[in-house]
Amino acid sequence: MIDVLYFAWVRERIGLPKEQLETSAATVQDLVAELSAREDRYAAAFADLTALRCAVDQELVPFDTSIEGAREVAFFPPMTGG
Amino acid sequence: MDIRVQDVAFDAGQMLNEFTARQDNAGAVVSFTGIVRDVAGGLSSMEIEHYPGMTERALEKIAQDAMARWNLADVLIIHRHGSLEPKDIIMMVATASKHRADAFAAADFLMDFLKSRAPFWKKERTGDSVDWVASKSEDEDALKRW
Repeated sequence: MIDVLYFAWVRERIGLPKEQLETSAATVQDLVAELSAREDRYAAAFADLTALRCAVDQELVPFDTSIEGAREVAFFPPMTGG
Repeated sequence: MDIRVQDVAFDAGQMLNEFTARQDNAGAVVSFTGIVRDVAGGLSSMEIEHYPGMTERALEKIAQDAMARWNLADVLIIHRHGSLEPKDIIMMVATASKHRADAFAAADFLMDFLKSRAPFWKKERTGDSVDWVASKSEDEDALKRW
């Protein structure tokens, strides 16, 4: 089981902040493909990956990063701190 | 190093004075304060969302990178989340060092990385419209300076 978290407009578009999933995806990109195939709201949120960032276990990483053994994957738009 | 992520408002002057008073071996303190600005006119509120856990980790990493790069005595970062109004203080950083050059450079570095590497997202409410603030390509480009 892996926790998948969504923030900002990604959370709004998908309609929930967090869910627990059983997945066989090897990388973040594979997880995106799996979710996008599941329902339109995921496909809409993940339509343009250049507009998104992801984190594995709270570290900002590229989409080709492995999620094997990961506890938490998060998707969000580019950050706007400060 | 003192890093705080909080929803409650804070007094930037008081935080700066307390930070300065804690320094035994510094000749310079530099601070930056970020304020909610009504860019287009009519802004009623700003909602700041963050990623609890990752936010603290990201801010600690940014502060540690600054401490490793410059000769700093101390670093303070305070960042709010939740609902803010125009003119409210969003965040502040302060750096302390023996000489001012390190404190100035480190404060500039902290702000550049806070903008696009700390997991905060701003949403602005203006009249009936609610919009997520888009990141700026300049903010990403600014990281290349370091």
